[in-house]
Formats: sequence, structure tokens, C-alpha cells
Amino acid sequence: MAILEVRDISLQVNSTVILNGLSMEFWEGFVHAVVGPNGAGKSTLANVIMGLPDYRHHTGDILFEGESIKGLNVDERARLGITLAWQEPARFEGLTVSQFILASAKDKNKNEVDRVLELVGLEPARYRSRAVDKTLSGGERKRIELASILAMKPRLVMLDEPDSGVDIEAIERIFEAIDRLKKDGATVLLITHSPKVLEKADHAFLICSGMLVDKGETNKILEYFSGKCLPCAHKNVPDLNGLIKSGGKL
Amino acid sequence: MSEDLVEELLESINLHRSFSKNTPHVVINANKVLSSQVVEGLIIEPEELPDGVRAKLLVKKGYKIKQPVHLCFGMLPERGIQHIVLNVEIEDEAEVSFMAHCTFPNAVDIQHLMEATIKVGRNARYSYFERHYHSDEGMIRVVPLAKIELADGARFSTEFELLKGRVGVIDIDYSTICQAGSSAEMKARIFGRLNDRIKIREAAVLEGEASRAVLTTHIAVRDEAVADINNEIIAKAPYSRGHVDCKEIIQGNGVARAVPVVEVRNPKAHVTHEAAIGSVDSKQLQTLMARGLSEDEAVDLIIQGLLS
Repeated sequence: MAILEVRDISLQVNSTVILNGLSMEFWEGFVHAVVGPNGAGKSTLANVIMGLPDYRHHTGDILFEGESIKGLNVDERARLGITLAWQEPARFEGLTVSQFILASAKDKNKNEVDRVLELVGLEPARYRSRAVDKTLSGGERKRIELASILAMKPRLVMLDEPDSGVDIEAIERIFEAIDRLKKDGATVLLITHSPKVLEKADHAFLICSGMLVDKGETNKILEYFSGKCLPCAHKNVPDLNGLIKSGGKL
Repeated sequence: MSEDLVEELLESINLHRSFSKNTPHVVINANKVLSSQVVEGLIIEPEELPDGVRAKLLVKKGYKIKQPVHLCFGMLPERGIQHIVLNVEIEDEAEVSFMAHCTFPNAVDIQHLMEATIKVGRNARYSYFERHYHSDEGMIRVVPLAKIELADGARFSTEFELLKGRVGVIDIDYSTICQAGSSAEMKARIFGRLNDRIKIREAAVLEGEASRAVLTTHIAVRDEAVADINNEIIAKAPYSRGHVDCKEIIQGNGVARAVPVVEVRNPKAHVTHEAAIGSVDSKQLQTLMARGLSEDEAVDLIIQGLLS
């Protein structure tokens, strides 16, 4: 059963078409990937689903558990259980890791902070009191973002480029956190152009120029993406109009 | 009677259970010294004035006072003036830290005026933390004025915090002269609401070679509150270093101005500044809202971080 459905979503920004009639279904409890080259519209799709203020003027509809969420704000969608981890997480001057995690935690017990930090491989005693600011490395910040999401116990998690800017150890920990989210019953949506991340998915969508190119089992999409998309010289953004006129045939 | 007043003042700052009379301290209500305690090497000589208290605080040469010295300046009445005149001298090689609490829990119309002259001797260390507790409704006018002189190698830090209750009107004016190898660090963190007025001037003159100063001001204003920050570093000596940092968050009809002044008179000196004023960062806001916090809850948490 689909926990989330996007129906014929189009979005135009400053006369540039970013999403063009996207329709997708995300099945509950699965790890899905939305894969595509740079500029394909992957992050925009995540921002649209999250309901971020600059992405609310799309056409089409978004259904969560069969109900339209198009009219809901970011926090209202989050309270339904939808959340997003940005490619570059925000830094918070003066806010401790503990405060940051507890802000989103369903269980406000301080033990929860330790539990989720351990799950992402960060030693609680070393990190609880640290500020969520520029003193954290990219990998540490991403893991703390995931810890806050684990504490939130969401229904649908979108992770935008979860492997970008992190070292090998951090990637392994992030993959473990994805496994944990799935085990806890969450639906995971990985936004990626990395074959390694794509391999974590049960099911994948391939998009290019804001349009759905293919969908199906991960191996099939991975093969197409690695063989045709990665070597492809097509640039998404400057060439959109011609692509749209051709009916989206790549 | 005075013990009851001490208890009431300490209760207003949540220290009534943890406070020990053996701690070096001075507790003042309006113009009355209610309690004081010194330790070896520390001299406190308070003198009551018609509208306040004049006090000499001295740390003798070479003495390192391990426990923080607790200063509690308060006014329990609803109205009045409290004028505090401090003459502080930290002699060469001495060390001390002060923890000051200024509490006006019942204030309707109060003026808290402070004049301080502070001399920190050669290689001496002095730190001063001042937290204000104001009533939620009253009008308080706080005017702290301090002139600080740092001898060679002296270390000076001061931090002013007013986060709970109404600011009313606050007008801070601190200026420091830094001799060779000395360092000054001045911080202010204030949250203004309604029609509060915040005016801060912090200044440091780097007179001596390799002297240093950092001036940090973090302010949040909402409703109709206004903040006006003028921080200044003048670097005259070679290898002197300075930094001015001002961050202000505004909400509603709040107004914030920041004028960082940096003046360098020696080619081997270096001073930097940064000032950021604006509403709450949208990415921070969206991140917290994407975790289920309402916009107001998210803004409060971000401001709490900035002012922490």
C-alpha cells in the first residue's frame, strides 16, 4: 500500500520547469530511491513533499495515507510523520546536540538522546553538550541529523544525498541508521545520484529534467543509471524547453 | 529582618537553597548591605549612600581566590533608585572571578545605575559574570558604566546576561584600555520585548603590543523593541588583535542597528568585525519545523541558542 502518492506534480521557478508532471507511489515500509543526474529535480521533489515555503506553488496533488496534504504547512506535515534531512544540514549556534535532538524527540527522556547518538555511532558523553554549529564536521553533523530523525520516530523520511560530504565510516553508520529506520517501520526515500546509496533501496525511480524516466527494482534502475545516465552529456537545466517539446524522450 | 531580606533576594534568583554564607559574597538591597563575607586576600569595603552603595573590592597581590565571589545587587521595593559605585582593584598576579546577580523581582519603576572603575594588575586575571532578573511587567532602567584598565599581561572578561523578564531601558557603556600582552573579552546577551530599549557601547583601545580584545553582542528583539549596538576597537600597537562580533535577530516590529567601528593605527595590527542582523535563518527554521515544531516553538529555540 502506498503511504505517499504524488500525482501529476509540476513546478516552475522563474519560467524554468523544474518538475514536469511527476506521478509516483511510495509503498509503506520500503526503502525507495529517487535517482537522477544533477539538476534532475530530485531535491525539489523532496522539498515539495515536505511543503517548504518556496515550493508550495506546484500543480498536482500529494496524498499521505490517501489524504491530500497540499494545504498543510511544513510543521503540520511533520506532525503527520513526514520529515526531511537536508543535503547540507543547518548549523545552530549555541544549541547543544542534546537540545537539538530533544526538540524533535517523541520521547523527551534524556536517555533517548544517548540511545539515538549510539545508534549513529557517536559517543553520547562526547557529543551531548557540543553545539550543533560549525565545529562539527560534515559527517558528524549528518549523523546528528539522523539521530534527531531517529528520535522523532517518523513515518516517512526523505534523506537528501545522505552520503555527500561524509567519510567512509560515517557512510556505514548512515546506512545502519537507514536499516534501523526501516526496521522501526518507517518508509525511507533516498534522494541520490550515487550508485552506492541506490544499492540500499528496495525500489527506485529514475528522473531526469523533472520527469519520470523509469521505475522498478533497484538493480534494473541501477544498471540503466550507471550505463546511460552517468556517462550522459545532457545537462538538465539549460536544455529543458527542447526536451519538453520532444515529449520528454531522452 | 535582614536575614529575611537576604532569603527573599536569593529566592528571586533561585539561590536560596544552594547559597552558603561561607562563600565570599556581598548582598545588597537598595542602599543596605545585608550580608558580606570575605576570604584571605579579598577585601570588600562597602559604604552605604543615600541612594545606593559604594564598595571597594580589592584582591591583594598574588592572591588567587578560588571560589567565585558572589555579588547580589537587588531591590525588593517596586520603585526607587539603586546607585552602585564600585572601585575594583586586582593587584599584580592576583586572580578572582565575580558572579553578580542583579534582581528586581517586584519592579514597577526602578533605576539601577552602576559606575565601576576596574584596574587589573600585571598578569592578573579578572572575570565578571552579571545576570539580571527583572519582573515581567515593570519598567527598569539599567545604566552600567565601566572604565577598565588592564596592565601588562592582564586578563579581563565580562559577560552581561538579561534574558528573563522585561529589559525596560538598558544603556551599557564599557571601555577598556589594554596594555602589552593583555586581553579583554566582553560579551552581552539580551532579549528585548514589547517596547524595551537596548543601547550598548563596548570599546577597547589596544595600546600595548600584542594586546587583544573580542567584543561579542548577541541580541534578540521582538514586538516593538529597539536595539542599538555601537562596538569599537582601536588598535594602536603592533601585533595587537581585535574582533567585533554582533548578531541580532529581529521579529515583529523590532528594530536593530549595529555599528561596529574598527580603527587600526599600526600596520602590524589587525582587527576584524562581523555583524549579522535579520530574521531567523530560514533553513534553521525549516529544519525544526520539519521535525514537528511550530513556527513559534522553532523561533524560540533558535533564539535560545543564539543567546545561550
